[in-house]
Amino acid sequence: MNRSDTPRTWRKPPFIANPLLRYGILAVTATYLVWAFATLPFNWQRIAEGLPRSARIFGGGFPPNFSRVDLLLTGFIESLQIAILATLLGVALSIPFAIMAARNIAPLPVYLLGRAVIIVSRSFHPVIVAILFVAAVGFGPLAGILTLTLYSIGFVGKLLAEEIEEIDWGQVEAIRAAGAGYLATLIYAVFPQILPRQVGLSMYQLDSNLRASAVVGIVGAGGIGSTLMNAFGRYDYDFAFAILLVIIAVILVSEGISGWVRKRLW
Amino acid sequence: MLEISQLTKRYGQDDPVLTGLDLTVEGNSVVAIVGASGAGKSTMLRCINRLVEPTSGSIKLNGHELVGLKGAELRRARRRIGMVFQGFNLIDRLSVMENVLAGRLGYVSLFQAVTRRYPQADIERAFQLMERVDIAHYANKRADELSGGERQRVGVVRALMQEPEVLLADEPTASLDPRTSEQIMMLLQSLASELSLPVLINIHNVSQAKTYTERIVGLRHGKMIFDGRPADFTSDALDAIYGGIEAAQDEPPAPPAATRKHEAPHEPF
Repeated sequence: MNRSDTPRTWRKPPFIANPLLRYGILAVTATYLVWAFATLPFNWQRIAEGLPRSARIFGGGFPPNFSRVDLLLTGFIESLQIAILATLLGVALSIPFAIMAARNIAPLPVYLLGRAVIIVSRSFHPVIVAILFVAAVGFGPLAGILTLTLYSIGFVGKLLAEEIEEIDWGQVEAIRAAGAGYLATLIYAVFPQILPRQVGLSMYQLDSNLRASAVVGIVGAGGIGSTLMNAFGRYDYDFAFAILLVIIAVILVSEGISGWVRKRLW
Repeated sequence: MLEISQLTKRYGQDDPVLTGLDLTVEGNSVVAIVGASGAGKSTMLRCINRLVEPTSGSIKLNGHELVGLKGAELRRARRRIGMVFQGFNLIDRLSVMENVLAGRLGYVSLFQAVTRRYPQADIERAFQLMERVDIAHYANKRADELSGGERQRVGVVRALMQEPEVLLADEPTASLDPRTSEQIMMLLQSLASELSLPVLINIHNVSQAKTYTERIVGLRHGKMIFDGRPADFTSDALDAIYGGIEAAQDEPPAPPAATRKHEAPHEPF
């Protein structure tokens, strides 16, 4: 073996080994992009006309008008109430559904039911759910609470179920070996293991519900979103901008608080 | 008295892990069960308290048949069987006292369990046992703050809280350093005579088995191939159980943890 005349080289093996497949995927992606841009109905003329209009809206928004503080405050307090109530309800309800949807502690039929509930409550964006609830129970905060409760069950339930599926089974066996029943085993061997995650998820969900409560308000489910929609409807752009600024501020504060709490908990 | 007869266990369609095992343990004897990984030691112990479902055979504790029990009857039977685990299996986030009292979960009501309002007698017994093994001052510490040896002593006390009629120990010293594991073996030995309790210990350390037990049972491929006094446990017996060094390859691999873990899910706890 003669090493000196042929220096050994190394290159990272390509992610997709087959060159035909590798370049084929690239070509298909490029073709799709060209086709999509060519066929989607972008009306450049209207976009050009729209630009000055959006400039007018932004112009009308400055300076933001904070004079109607009471309206702003009422909306926000309602949003906050919706978010907190929905989080409490949703998190409380997500626990039984998470238990049902954890393969290691639920019998198969119960597991399938639990998974089904979680999948259904996760399959629609809150705005769509809110439209349905507004139609069902009318305009106002109740529709918002129901929407965000369902949203929380889906999100927290799914992540909690996954957490339960990853618990240390030895602790469960030890408690079962002592002759404990199902509920006692849940409370002693399962809950302590998922508790930190549960609290962290609840904080995150409160944060997320606060954000979402502003959005679902736009379709009539109460809170600051409704106030915002009305302001836009009446061309009160300065008031609308004030609302947007306050939403940003509130989200920042709530993110800070929840981040701090979660860090302390871990 | 624990009587195991014709115990067979197979996982799924695999070769049986235990085949027609017979074993009788009486009085307050300490029995060591030795054998290579995958020989069926763990499966045998777990069949006794039914963490593993025996395929066939009979297991009687003081005359009561354990195989085939269901629901509340199974739970009542389990509380008479204490178990100590290799990985301690304490509830890390609960206090030492809560872990110890968890040994009473087969006796107390759900309300008592949730609110931690255990009967006075249980609390008294907990303190006595914790003092016996020198961990009473840790009562309100979180279980995961203790050292390995201390944690295993919590595990032993939890099992004894059940007022068991037999104590099973599944490699109780395998996660401990040599010095601590000697202490735990000594503790199990003396508790067996203090409480006149039969103790079955799965163990890999043959010299500890010889020192601290009065009977050694050797398993290989799910069959008992040695049963006798430690003095009779010669190097021939050792070779027969573990295989000569050159024969080490023919051991079947231990059942993967994943299959064992998911053995249970269908029956709720």
